[in-house]
Amino acid sequence: MMLDFIVVLPELVLLFGACALMLVDLYVKSEQRRVSLAMAQAVLLLAAVATLLVLLGSGGELIYAFGKLYVADVMAHLLKLSAYAAVSMVLVYSRQYLIDRDLMTGEFLTLLLFALLGMMVMMSANSFLTVYLGLELLSLCLYAMVALNRDSATATEAAMKYFVLGALASGMLLYGMSMLYGATGSLNINEVAKQVAILSKDSTQHAFLIFGLVFVVCGIAFKLGLAPFHMWIPDVYQGAPTAVTLLIGTAPKLAAFAMAMRLLVNGLLDLAHDWQQMLAILAVLSMAIGNITAIAQSNLKRMLAYSTIAHMGFMLLGLLSGVVGGNWRNAPDAYGAAMFYTIVYVLMSLGSFGVLLFLSHKGFECEKLEDLKGLNRRNPWYAFIVLLLMFSLAGVPPTVGFYAKLAVLSAVVNAGMLWLAVVAVLLSLIGAYYYLRIVKLMYFDEPSDATPLAERPRAVRLLLSANGLALLVLGILPQPLMAICVFAIHKL
Amino acid sequence: MFEALLFYVFGFVILASALCVITARNPVYAALYLVLAFFTSSAIWLLLHAEFLAITLVLVYVGAVMVLFLFVVMMLDINLERLREGFWQYLPLGATVGFLMAAEMAAMLYGRWSGLATPPRALPPGYSNTKELGRLLYTDYVYAFELAAVVLLVAIIAAIALTLRRRKDSRSQDPSQQVKARRADRVRLVSMPSENDR
Repeated sequence: MMLDFIVVLPELVLLFGACALMLVDLYVKSEQRRVSLAMAQAVLLLAAVATLLVLLGSGGELIYAFGKLYVADVMAHLLKLSAYAAVSMVLVYSRQYLIDRDLMTGEFLTLLLFALLGMMVMMSANSFLTVYLGLELLSLCLYAMVALNRDSATATEAAMKYFVLGALASGMLLYGMSMLYGATGSLNINEVAKQVAILSKDSTQHAFLIFGLVFVVCGIAFKLGLAPFHMWIPDVYQGAPTAVTLLIGTAPKLAAFAMAMRLLVNGLLDLAHDWQQMLAILAVLSMAIGNITAIAQSNLKRMLAYSTIAHMGFMLLGLLSGVVGGNWRNAPDAYGAAMFYTIVYVLMSLGSFGVLLFLSHKGFECEKLEDLKGLNRRNPWYAFIVLLLMFSLAGVPPTVGFYAKLAVLSAVVNAGMLWLAVVAVLLSLIGAYYYLRIVKLMYFDEPSDATPLAERPRAVRLLLSANGLALLVLGILPQPLMAICVFAIHKL
Repeated sequence: MFEALLFYVFGFVILASALCVITARNPVYAALYLVLAFFTSSAIWLLLHAEFLAITLVLVYVGAVMVLFLFVVMMLDINLERLREGFWQYLPLGATVGFLMAAEMAAMLYGRWSGLATPPRALPPGYSNTKELGRLLYTDYVYAFELAAVVLLVAIIAAIALTLRRRKDSRSQDPSQQVKARRADRVRLVSMPSENDR
């Protein structure tokens, strides 16, 4: 039992840190909340140290805790570390934005940390029960954060839509889980996997398992924002305060990826033939709807929302090409590529919403395409950073976006699904149009507002520059991260 | 056999009352039907020998949650005419979708799975459901149990953050300020020369 508490040290640090922050913040008087912010960053740092300690202590081996409700493996550790980094960057990017709009409150920071806790629980879940509890913890925090700006009608509407659709999706996921529980008699993912391997040979039982699987896939698709379960994404991204959009668009994607891996790969690998077909439909639909609809958007946040849908569809290609005809020799490469894609997407998403926050100031929201017009005249360096971000999102070499797409596509081709790779490339080409349109607006159009950019704190300037350059560096040297991802999948 | 008969009676009552919840025009009636549905579900749990869960359902849902719900429904000024608008317009599509879903699920499961349900095993005398549940919650499922507590904590924080509004023009009293008042804040003693009577 004592060992169990050492294994969940990162979660404990975050839980106690969030509670302590909540109490300390009551005594912070300043509007800027420097103390609370510093404390939030310190909690993130401590959690990262705890995660590293557990990782080194276990030597990369699997550890189960609390009666196998919790699993600590390399994938969980790696995703958690990425999530800490993402949330920490969210805090830096959104600080000024939140202060300008009176949203920098203790509740915001507390909910942010609890949302991260929910993600960590999902990443380390080894039971349907823990997956669901983590998901609810994360979702509840996000619903509240979207609605935090109560004077904005659009934010309230977005929160309402998010809440209703999210509750429906949770219901579907639970229904699917209850069916699988009924068939296998266990909530534990290892036990489910064992039972599924036996049951799936019998056609009656197989039908029943598929019945549950369909609902589980729907639930996962909703959380990843895949078409046709994507309707909430554009409205929530547009309606929420940009700082919250930045959060929703980044770290939760890592958690949703972990949820898909835990449920589909760890639990239902013997049904891979069935869920791969479902994922293929979702992937093609998402890439088509995301890339084509994004062209028609004039709102940047909405455009990036459709871009998320398309990217998550592309990521699915990696998930669905792991097992071919019962043979899973390619699985580590394919799942590793999907994981690499997710992490890289989070980095690109952080940068692109970070730019929107960077260009906004008190009384002005940078969210229209026109707002980027002539950015090169106003500030060439940040125009270059946006150029890198857009190239990476579009998948132009030598940025990392290209390499991520290449890795996923090679997994698809290795799995013998050439048609899927061709469709993906064609739809990405369509998608390149709207990313390159932004580059054109920045470099070849006259600025509508020629004043130089307002001065920003040094931390934000450095971080944004580092974020953009990281895409270039990772694009030239993708191997280390890719090797870590594949290693993590090997250790699954 | 008698238990099977009871199950079908309860099942029918649940389905009928659940249907009434969504078709009742008056929200108070809908809430009352929901109470009936909860109550009958707890009866079904009793059939499964889960007496603790059955009692909790009645105590928590019927006793506390639904009463609160009824209060809220009665206090809200709901315009019934506006709620009813569009009901008939949406009914055909909604009914088609619902019917199709039910038919699909039935087609998937009927005949394949119906014979596989097993009745609960007879329990030894002196077996306590509550004790077993408590033991599991605090040993095997302690992690999930604590997580559920964290979810509730977040719900409290979120509810307060979303509803607490510090209005600048509100005339509420602040007891801590009142207690801290000193004489010097309230009374100003001015020394002045006495006036002479004329």
